[in-house]
Amino acid sequence: MTELPTTTERKMGLVIDLDTCVGCHACVISCKGWNTENYGAPLSDQNPYGADPSGTFLNRVHSYEVQPETGPAQLIHFPKSCLHCEDAPCVTVCPTGASYKRVEDGIVLVNESDCIGCGLCAWSCPYGARELDQAEGVMKKCTLCVDRIYNENLPEEDRVPSCVRTCPAGARHFGDFADPDSHVSKLTAERGGMDLMPEMDTKPVNKYLPPRPKDQIDEQIDILAPLLAPVAEEAGGFLGWLDKALDKMPGGSR
Amino acid sequence: MHPAPSVIVFTTLSGLGFGLLFFLGLGLPDVTGWVAFTFFAIAYALAVGGLMASTFHLGHPERALKAFTQWKSSWLSREGWCAVIALVLMGLYALGVVFLGQRWGLLGLLGSVFSILTVFTTSMIYTQLRTIPRWNMKLTPAMFLSFSLAGGALLAGQVGAALPLLLVAALVQLGYWQMGDRALAHSGTDLGTATGLGTRGSVRAFEPPHTGTNYLLREFVHVVGRKHSDKLRIIAFGLAFVVPGILLLLPFGHLFALIAVLSHLAGVATSRWLFFAQAEHVVGLYYGKR
Amino acid sequence: MNQPIIDTSPAVSDEVRKTTCYMCACRCGINVHMKDGKVAYIEGNRDHPVNKGVLCAKGSAGIMQVNAPSRLKAPLKRVGPRGSGEFEEISWDEALDIAAGWLEPIRKDDPSKLAFFTGRDQSQSFTSFWAQNFGTPNYAAHGGFCSVNMAAAGIYTMGGAFWEFGQPDWDHTKLFMLFGVAEDHDSNPIKIGLGKIKARGARVIGVNPIRSGYNAVADDWVGITPGTDGLFILSMIHVLMKAGKIDLDYLSRYTNAPVLVNAAEGPEQGLFLRDDDGKPLVIDRNTGKPTPFDQKGVRPDLSATYEKDGVTHRPVFHQMAERYLSDEYAPEAVAERCGIPVGKIRAIASELARVAFDEAFELDKEWTDFRGETHSKMIGRPVSMHSMRGISAHANGFQTCRALHVLQILLGTVEVPGGFRFKPPYPKPVEAHPAPHVGVTPGGPLNGPHLGFVRGPEHLALKEDGSAARIDKAFTWENPMSSHGLMHMVISNAHAGDPYKIDTLFMYMANMSWNSTMNTKGVMEMLTDKDENGDYVIPRIIYSDAYSSEMVAYADLILPDTTYLERHDCISLLDRPICEADAAADAIRWPVIEPDRDVRGFQTALVQLANKMGLPGFTNEDGSAKYTDYADYIVNHERRPGIGPLAGFRGENGDQEGRGAVNPDQMNRYIENGSFYIAHIPDGADYYKPWNTAYQDWAVELGIYDSPQPYLFQLYVEPMRKFQLAAEGHGDRQPPDHLRDRIKEQLDPLPIWYETDQTGNEGYTVNALTQRPMAMYHSWGTQNAWLRQLHGRNPLYVPTKLMHKHGLSDGDWARVSSPHGAITVPVMEMASLNENTVWTWNAIGKRKGAWALSDDAPEATKGFLLNHLIHELLPPKGDGLRWANSDPVTGQAAWFDLKVKIEKAAAPGEAQSQPEFAPIKSPVGQGPDALAWKVGK
Ligand SMILES: Nc1nc2c(c(=O)[nH]1)N[C@H]1C(S)=C(S)[C@@H](COP(=O)(O)OP(=O)(O)OC[C@H]3O[C@@H](n4cnc5c(=O)[nH]c(N)nc54)[C@H](O)[C@@H]3O)O[C@H]1N2
Ligand SMILES: Nc1nc2c(c(=O)[nH]1)N[C@H]1C(S)=C(S)[C@@H](COP(=O)(O)OP(=O)(O)OC[C@H]3O[C@@H](n4cnc5c(=O)[nH]c(N)nc54)[C@H](O)[C@@H]3O)O[C@H]1N2
Ligand code: SF4
Ligand code: SF4
Ligand code: SF4
Ligand code: SF4
Ligand code: SF4
Ligand SMILES: [Mo]
Repeated sequence: MTELPTTTERKMGLVIDLDTCVGCHACVISCKGWNTENYGAPLSDQNPYGADPSGTFLNRVHSYEVQPETGPAQLIHFPKSCLHCEDAPCVTVCPTGASYKRVEDGIVLVNESDCIGCGLCAWSCPYGARELDQAEGVMKKCTLCVDRIYNENLPEEDRVPSCVRTCPAGARHFGDFADPDSHVSKLTAERGGMDLMPEMDTKPVNKYLPPRPKDQIDEQIDILAPLLAPVAEEAGGFLGWLDKALDKMPGGSR
Repeated sequence: MHPAPSVIVFTTLSGLGFGLLFFLGLGLPDVTGWVAFTFFAIAYALAVGGLMASTFHLGHPERALKAFTQWKSSWLSREGWCAVIALVLMGLYALGVVFLGQRWGLLGLLGSVFSILTVFTTSMIYTQLRTIPRWNMKLTPAMFLSFSLAGGALLAGQVGAALPLLLVAALVQLGYWQMGDRALAHSGTDLGTATGLGTRGSVRAFEPPHTGTNYLLREFVHVVGRKHSDKLRIIAFGLAFVVPGILLLLPFGHLFALIAVLSHLAGVATSRWLFFAQAEHVVGLYYGKR
Repeated sequence: MNQPIIDTSPAVSDEVRKTTCYMCACRCGINVHMKDGKVAYIEGNRDHPVNKGVLCAKGSAGIMQVNAPSRLKAPLKRVGPRGSGEFEEISWDEALDIAAGWLEPIRKDDPSKLAFFTGRDQSQSFTSFWAQNFGTPNYAAHGGFCSVNMAAAGIYTMGGAFWEFGQPDWDHTKLFMLFGVAEDHDSNPIKIGLGKIKARGARVIGVNPIRSGYNAVADDWVGITPGTDGLFILSMIHVLMKAGKIDLDYLSRYTNAPVLVNAAEGPEQGLFLRDDDGKPLVIDRNTGKPTPFDQKGVRPDLSATYEKDGVTHRPVFHQMAERYLSDEYAPEAVAERCGIPVGKIRAIASELARVAFDEAFELDKEWTDFRGETHSKMIGRPVSMHSMRGISAHANGFQTCRALHVLQILLGTVEVPGGFRFKPPYPKPVEAHPAPHVGVTPGGPLNGPHLGFVRGPEHLALKEDGSAARIDKAFTWENPMSSHGLMHMVISNAHAGDPYKIDTLFMYMANMSWNSTMNTKGVMEMLTDKDENGDYVIPRIIYSDAYSSEMVAYADLILPDTTYLERHDCISLLDRPICEADAAADAIRWPVIEPDRDVRGFQTALVQLANKMGLPGFTNEDGSAKYTDYADYIVNHERRPGIGPLAGFRGENGDQEGRGAVNPDQMNRYIENGSFYIAHIPDGADYYKPWNTAYQDWAVELGIYDSPQPYLFQLYVEPMRKFQLAAEGHGDRQPPDHLRDRIKEQLDPLPIWYETDQTGNEGYTVNALTQRPMAMYHSWGTQNAWLRQLHGRNPLYVPTKLMHKHGLSDGDWARVSSPHGAITVPVMEMASLNENTVWTWNAIGKRKGAWALSDDAPEATKGFLLNHLIHELLPPKGDGLRWANSDPVTGQAAWFDLKVKIEKAAAPGEAQSQPEFAPIKSPVGQGPDALAWKVGK
């Protein structure tokens, strides 16, 4: 089972829009909430009210500053969870078969009852997408909410990952990348969706939409300047302009 | 990487143990009876002790048997198989030499092959990890194998073999450090590729996702100061290779041999500590820790 | 391949209970999934008007709030000295007896000896009703230190404010400009809106010294010098007016730009020319004659002047042209002070003009205005703006907010498609609001509502002798238009006995000994200070909190509240409802779980206290109690006949909306409906609300007001001119002399910009700000096991240039000082930051012993407050007076005027940020060592 399927029927995953993510951490906590109560062991916390609180999270939001060659520095919020790689090294390294990639949808999962907690899969993941739960001793990772997306106890529109459903800014999109007409495939195509660490050859399914170009308004001033041509040169001319302008308004002339 | 004692003990001891088994399987030294028993006991103590230590970092050691299932893809699984096969073969072989005065040559040869294969599979667990450029090099298995053989030879009292093997291992070690220090930079992975933002400008990690620590930081982010590592490298190198080498060149004596072995052991352990502690996992980039 | 078979359709929960979130004041709808009677998972309610299904981090972490070890367990009576945290648990009977025992005599004797102030509360229409019936004038909520500048400027200018009272037309806007917002009350709606417009590729411009959060996703960032937004805005007004890029039609029809103003020196100067009914006059372009602005068919003239009795009357617009066309507002003149290049100011102004006018569009919606004219279309000007405390928390904030609204109005972008839209019950002219009341009768109720909107000196809350009638000195010459009161002055005034002494300080949901106060250390001292007899200077303090906050230790009696999932609440149209621009909506909370401690909803405790004291308003004619608890009040109380706290499901059968008889089943109907009610504004009534007959009629029908209230936007605010006239010596209510010049200058009826008072700031040149983290709510987030992992400490973020200048690197410590104090704190570099500004997250720093955390929690060791550097008074000026660190118009606390100096410092002992305070004894103990919170099997 730790062999990867050669193909999967669907390629389910997320598109994360770095142009829109405001870094609110909603996805982080919603994920924690859902996955504490659902699939597998709860996501535990150690020293939750003490000096060194830490716990298991399947999704974390970083932030980076980018200094372009010219212009002010930019700040970019950067959510990161499992990318459900096509060539998932975390699966092939697993000695027990606990880690596997599902044939039907490509979701990479850990079968917790088989996991010995050796940590090797986490070592092999370039993205830091796996965390060994300290209370349970098993490997935890994003399940792509496999217990939501097909869940017949949920209304159809709610059959999306918890983080996607909750994201206030709509910066997270879920769908099937194997289908070129899916929302996620189209977004990826339109907005130049990118892979993280492509050089690792993991072929991530999840894609990131790059932020749009920023701080361009100064450069537009030449085009925009005519808009600001003064209506009157000499002082006092403004009221003259005003009278004329009022006359020109519908029903304006006196 | 976090230099967990369990993995340091494991790789150090089992490397030596299987190295010794390698030589014993080849009949070097060609001993029987109690002497053989002592040699095998030492080899098993090291190999099995190392393997036991490796289970300490498991979340669920009671499920360890499951680790044998994935030999087709997993180096860890293969290591398990090789280790067990090597230990079983060498156990039978040892029965012969210790109790029956029989040296079943072919069995010993097979045992030797699996012993060294075990070391190789262990090394491949690390080597395969592209996430850790310092490990993801051909020199990693070379290092594990050369260390194991040199240490094995030393333990097996094969002075003639030990000296050149120590020399080889020492050279591999130097090469490993040299290349290792450049590995991350050469890997092409940096915060720019990690975030995909590198084309926009220079990327700097700002706020981490959590102000506290987490599993990833504890497990993967360990920064060793340059001065500290230089010092440790000198110690490791001196203890692992220089001291045993000099002792070997001196007239043979049991005390010197013991010191040589212990010194080597300490040196290899130090080198292993550095092997882990200096290994930069690319996930550290996300946390601005590189 | 054989892979494990997993259950992809597990049962999600036994039951879903729908209520309203209160992990912050945004009030989203939530689905609380229950398993075995316990909260298992919380998600957003898709049908809810506020959040439409999404939920923020705090909302999702609610489960960790209702199990927080910091929850208070029972009423507490102080046994140790104040501030020690030593309490004994008592019964509710005893607690209410003690409270009534303190309050009854006050009420009989002098009700103003009670100061009742509430914090982050959503039941102000109820708490104010209680206070009014008690009879004290000393009531307000926290708005005065929060964002009253924004609220008051909005209401005085256009009859509604930003806050959560309005929103951009997210569906149509093409250019969204955000001034000084990190998170705001409309947390999820703003994010949903940003997401919407980003998906369309519309442009977002963020004006903020700090480029994080919303400003990080902005397409263009303006890293303005704090406190100079007014100048930047007025400069844009300058170039737009100069270029004629203003909406003349809109200005003439819907604003007081054409209203005639008396130009002759004297007691009438600057006042509107009015007819005998008091209606402002304009020149009608049809007739050339002065005419009341609202007559049928009137076409107000923006330009014509009018002579009457030898006095020239000029339209407001003339005065605006005169002022704003002046070179002092040219980009060249302001660029340096604002820290914005000239080209950028021009570029943004021209982009505003381009989008407003060149991208104008039409909606095919017919509507009829208040003058009876029917328009076949609605013209969209897709420029929208939003702003919050970055502008309002400065001492020039009121005028800056006004400037911003004037900019919006000049572009014709308010209440039009694509622009900024009000949410009911707004728009509402100032005239539709009450004026403040301070008429005290011992043993009787106050003569009217406490808070309101003054129209001139006649409405000031002054006693006969001219002294302040209210403990917070709201509505006095120091801050005449302080519509929300001044909660930040209550403790220091009560301590100083100025304007008078009080007996009991009663506070609710406000952490006033820590993060919500200025001069934190000083306030702790005031709360514990004793007089010469050894009695506390503030004799009695009653406080209601749900958690073991820092403030708990400073009270004599604690009334422990429930958590938000354990009580009834009402988010009412009488208060701060959850409306949308397209709909009126209100909501409730109900106990989806029962408390497992001896706690009571605070409002219920207030009802019970009222009943004990037999307060009017709570008592039937026969002396029996009107209401048993808060739920009873919510359903049965009527403010005016047919109008109660909740607008939905009224009438005996629950089929009436807005107005209608009491429906005993109302609460259940709300619960069935997801705990909210929504009344949609009919199509065609949804824009131009202040002038749209259809909207006005709908609002009357719903009970928002009793008769249509069309009005003009007040570019020129006449009440301000009245205060100026008084300062000039006119009228019988006169300000003290030391305030005359300030009132003359700063209560200008047309927006101005002035530099805030810099007395004492010599040598302190760096701006210091705070921001709200999106994932934490003030001090409450910290007790939450999940959230505190996100923000467990708060570095001081320092711009790259200052890091280098002071030889700092990440993790180093700096001593940060202001004229008032010093702190020593860890620093972290930030590049995307105004190069002369430092900042930190608000309210992360905690006092040891509070919130059921261990004493070595990072919040208490490395975390810190900037509040130690901010004083409620400005440094002495040498005139013998202490001037408040507040906006001179509204009294808004000027949190963001703080100027500091930073120096590298050695790490303090044990890496403990300074100042450090002794731990308080925790009344609840400490939390467990590990959590794995799964309630289902
Ligand atoms: N430096 C600096 N200081 C600031 C600001 C700033 O920007 N910078 N902002 C200011 C502003 S705008 C505000 S509004 C204030 C906010 O300051 P506060 O209004 O004091 O807000 P909190 O810290 O949330 O404190 C509210 C208290 O309510 C309690 N509480 C929470 N839930 C409940 C409940 O259900 N029932 C009851 N009874 N109590 C409950 C909490 O435990 C806490 O003790 O801070 C101000 N302070
Ligand atoms: N998550 C969360 N949400 C909250 C709260 C919370 O504690 N947590 N608190 C609630 C409360 S009580 C309030 S009052 C609101 C406040 O909501 P916000 O108004 O968003 O308040 P702040 O976080 O104080 O952010 C003020 C912003 O103004 C910027 N700023 C400061 N000075 C200037 C200036 O001179 N010019 C400009 N242009 N910008 C400036 C600061 O950098 C900062 O980004 O949030 C409410 N919502
Ligand atoms: S992101 Fe990491 S854990 Fe997820 S599939 Fe890829 S390698 Fe495995
Ligand atoms: S930790 Fe568990 S899932 Fe990961 S490699 Fe080890 S056994 Fe497999
Ligand atoms: S898909 Fe589910 S498990 Fe994965 S990050 Fe989102 S919420 Fe967490
Ligand atoms: S919820 Fe959405 S906006 Fe918030 S951090 Fe996650 S992806 Fe970003
Ligand atoms: S914004 Fe978040 S915390 Fe506030 S009410 Fe909405 S979901 Fe709750
Ligand atoms: Mo606030």
